[in-house]
Amino acid sequence: MSVAFTRRSALRGLALAGASAFAAPAVSAQTRARVVVIGGGFGGASCARALNRLGLAVTLVEESAAYVACPFSNLVLHGSRDIAAQRFGYDTIRREGVEVVGQRAQGVDAAARRVRLADGATLAYDRLVLSPGVDMRFDALPGYDAQAADVMPHAWKAGAQTLLLRRQLEAMEDGGLVVMSVPANPYRCPPGPYERASLIAHYLKTSKPKSKLLVLDAKDQFSKQRLFQDAWKALYPDHLEYVPLAGGGKTVEVVAAQKSVVTEFGRHAGAVVNVIPPQRAGSIAATAGCVDRSGWCPIDPATFESRLAPFVHVIGDACIAGAMPKSAFSANAQAKVCAQGIALLLKGEAAPEPKLVNTCYSFVAPDYGISVAGVYAPAKGMLADVAGAGGTSPPGAPQATRAAEADYARAWFKIATEEAFG
Amino acid sequence: MSGGRISIALAAALAAGFFVSGMRASDAQAISAQASKAQASVAIAPPGATSCTGCHAGAPSGDQPALPSLTGQSAQAIEEAMAGFRSGAREATLMNRIAKGFTEDETRAIARWLAQEGAR
Repeated sequence: MSVAFTRRSALRGLALAGASAFAAPAVSAQTRARVVVIGGGFGGASCARALNRLGLAVTLVEESAAYVACPFSNLVLHGSRDIAAQRFGYDTIRREGVEVVGQRAQGVDAAARRVRLADGATLAYDRLVLSPGVDMRFDALPGYDAQAADVMPHAWKAGAQTLLLRRQLEAMEDGGLVVMSVPANPYRCPPGPYERASLIAHYLKTSKPKSKLLVLDAKDQFSKQRLFQDAWKALYPDHLEYVPLAGGGKTVEVVAAQKSVVTEFGRHAGAVVNVIPPQRAGSIAATAGCVDRSGWCPIDPATFESRLAPFVHVIGDACIAGAMPKSAFSANAQAKVCAQGIALLLKGEAAPEPKLVNTCYSFVAPDYGISVAGVYAPAKGMLADVAGAGGTSPPGAPQATRAAEADYARAWFKIATEEAFG
Repeated sequence: MSGGRISIALAAALAAGFFVSGMRASDAQAISAQASKAQASVAIAPPGATSCTGCHAGAPSGDQPALPSLTGQSAQAIEEAMAGFRSGAREATLMNRIAKGFTEDETRAIARWLAQEGAR
């Protein structure tokens, strides 16, 4: 899958003759090893900074001038947060000494260890980190393509899609039906759809009380399920209806012209329709030859090095991290473990077995937070839950606990974005 | 990756050759000092330690958030807090769930590393 470079066939002969080190740019002309990071989200930005702190020469390739964060973007849909508060640039990272290249990475030649940029220039690397996030699969759900997303937004990448869905919710007349389609696992941010459902229901209850949200889910079990469902029963009995897989919730087709979602059991037309489609690793991961048949990237849990492409590491939502969920917190934790692993590998040393943590807060209402946490360690080549640790906030906790967790969630966002972007 | 080691060794040999033939000794020394500084800065964190700053800021900013910074906390204070979270003696909304994922030895190593150089 890697892009063919003109030099490549000439170099193949050399590589076969056992002189592959000459084909690789490696560190021969540099005093410091060069690491290229593709993708400037929570994973890539955190990794670039961590690598830079470890004394390595780092180039961050990100075509957007700023990152728009997905965590807390459901509050933008809710109407209580400005999208500007979700936007983070790369000035600090640049000031710290990371070279930031504002271009799209077009290709990766894993054999020659080069990244090709949109303008045709190439970047040589000793190690490459891919943190490309997810792409929506516009080939997976019949009727849902890029054009349909302009009518029935996914809003699963923050930015224009978030604002589109917000405008649709605002423009909807009171009494309208909002329909949300939720995919099967795996996808970015496992509890995200349920936080979104909660906050849309809160918006309807407070601003459009004759309206209702219908959530159609392709599964029966989900993250923080009991906590969400307890809260829905208490807070949104008239504004949120949840249909699991067993109740006919799986979307089999969508029809943009009718703004409708088709399940095995029927057809649901909405005044506003939010379709969260199936996803896969961001496309550069496939270009680099790191993606398996699942659409995601298998990795070594100690260093996040690809199982498929040597000298390439994959972190964040794109990688298969076993029990670790696809979250911003996970991406940040993986970024730091990956950076350390790369520093060791470049010194010719083996990376020790890591432990990683994930913490994920969700809002059920603006002053009502719940969380799930986990501790992970490699087991049988995958990241597995450390037994006895982790779990969700307790069911039945007093409102003071829920309010405290909402405060912790806000503190987490501030710290996490400072750690990633400065 | 054995390939990585081979290419680095080769590259180092190539680089050394370059320095001898085409550079002033002072330049070579400066570059070599820079390289060893880069190597020295690889302070390897014990398992789990780098996750902490995902919530607990390395450098606390102006307004103190709900989640305390670990900068300036002693190893003993961190270790005691974690022991309290693990046993349940210290109340928490979330740290109790995380502390149970680490042994006493692991927690001690993390606490020492954070107190010395980690939280930044």
